[in-house]
Amino acid sequence: MSYYEEDQLERFSELGKHRPDLFEKFMAWYQACQEDGALSRREKALIGLAVAHVLQCPYCIDAFSLSCLEAGSNMEQMTEAIHMASAIRGGAALIHGLQAHNSVSKVSM
Amino acid sequence: MSTVLPVIQAEPAVRAVVDFDEKLRRHGLELRAATLDTLQVNVGKLCNQMCKHCHVDAGPKRTEIMTPETVNQVIDAIRQFRIPTVDITGGAPELNPSFRYLVRAARALGSQVMVRHNLTVMFQPSQTDLPEFFRQHQVEVVSSLPYFLEQQTDAQRGHGVFQKSIIALRRLNAAGYGIENGGPVLNLVYNPVGAFLPPPQKSIEADFRRELMERYGISFNQLFTITNMPIKRFLDYLRRSGNEERYMRKLVEAFNPATVDSLMCRNLVSVDWTGRLYDCDFNQMLGLGVAPEVPQTIADFNPEKFARRRIMTGRHCFGCTAGAGSSCGGAIASA
Repeated sequence: MSYYEEDQLERFSELGKHRPDLFEKFMAWYQACQEDGALSRREKALIGLAVAHVLQCPYCIDAFSLSCLEAGSNMEQMTEAIHMASAIRGGAALIHGLQAHNSVSKVSM
Repeated sequence: MSTVLPVIQAEPAVRAVVDFDEKLRRHGLELRAATLDTLQVNVGKLCNQMCKHCHVDAGPKRTEIMTPETVNQVIDAIRQFRIPTVDITGGAPELNPSFRYLVRAARALGSQVMVRHNLTVMFQPSQTDLPEFFRQHQVEVVSSLPYFLEQQTDAQRGHGVFQKSIIALRRLNAAGYGIENGGPVLNLVYNPVGAFLPPPQKSIEADFRRELMERYGISFNQLFTITNMPIKRFLDYLRRSGNEERYMRKLVEAFNPATVDSLMCRNLVSVDWTGRLYDCDFNQMLGLGVAPEVPQTIADFNPEKFARRRIMTGRHCFGCTAGAGSSCGGAIASA
């Protein structure tokens, strides 16, 4: 038994059982975001994949991996997107090193 | 909801409606034949490749081959009914000893001839002159190349296929194919390398055009995206990999009623290596013959009797109606 169950992605709509008005608003927004616009569906799917990795959401990773393939991306492109997101996350951690430097400076002679 | 990015489900998963005819009825649609323009001739299951997605289960050990007698019956039908387009497929159709005879006869009768050419058959004994043969008879060449990179192509079509395919495409270009100047036509076919739907045809065609030219100096006319059908070898893969239910659900959920008018079965009759008739090559591989009220063999074929015939369907038909749709000529509608 795992906390994350693969088939829960398909049961997402069950969240609309309570306050369906809010769920419908979310779905409309969510779908609209993914349509072709100033960015293509392919670019948006790659953004989704990158964000999914930063969030470390297994549902989103499953879903956007498939979306990327169906939008025509290949593993090189998808891996670059994952590295990009991970590098920003790594950089965001690293910049906090200056906080540590500051803290240490404050209490050091 | 979007059929291209069905990331999360707005509706509960569709499990109930898996009957294709029932799905059509719910949309007020009926699938009947329109004007016949193509006779698709499957001249046998012998192939030099063993592609993992092959709906024919074709391969080097298959022995089913259309005989010269049946080929002559096909030619008689083309002559008698002046069939506009003859689409020759297999297996690797070139490996049938009567292949060139059929091509010459169909061209002499004025039919447009297209051949489903796997590219690597060009390296088989006595096949190296295929580009010149195709050009001499103004054959339209349709060739599978699932991706413009080696890893994906070889994963689907076998080790070493990509490099041979690139050499073969260069030979076709050298023979004048795919040059976009009104010369002979070379169209490519994209199949997803796995259990997912094809990307939008125009978008992936632009990628292929750019990448094949930049990386290999290769040009072509059009790219057709074709959905993998959940039958035969691809179905085996779906089952082995645990993807069958999810893939079928995806096809059903992505049903696009706008594709139905343009389905290839409406304008095509398929003949197998024994001369039996089918509504499409997929039905042929499932042994699902034409409706019992019409003639069953090429020897008895008559287009008048086939007009408005009832098309025989199965759950695999969802493969042709999903998203932008799928046919031997690629996507057929907007997703």
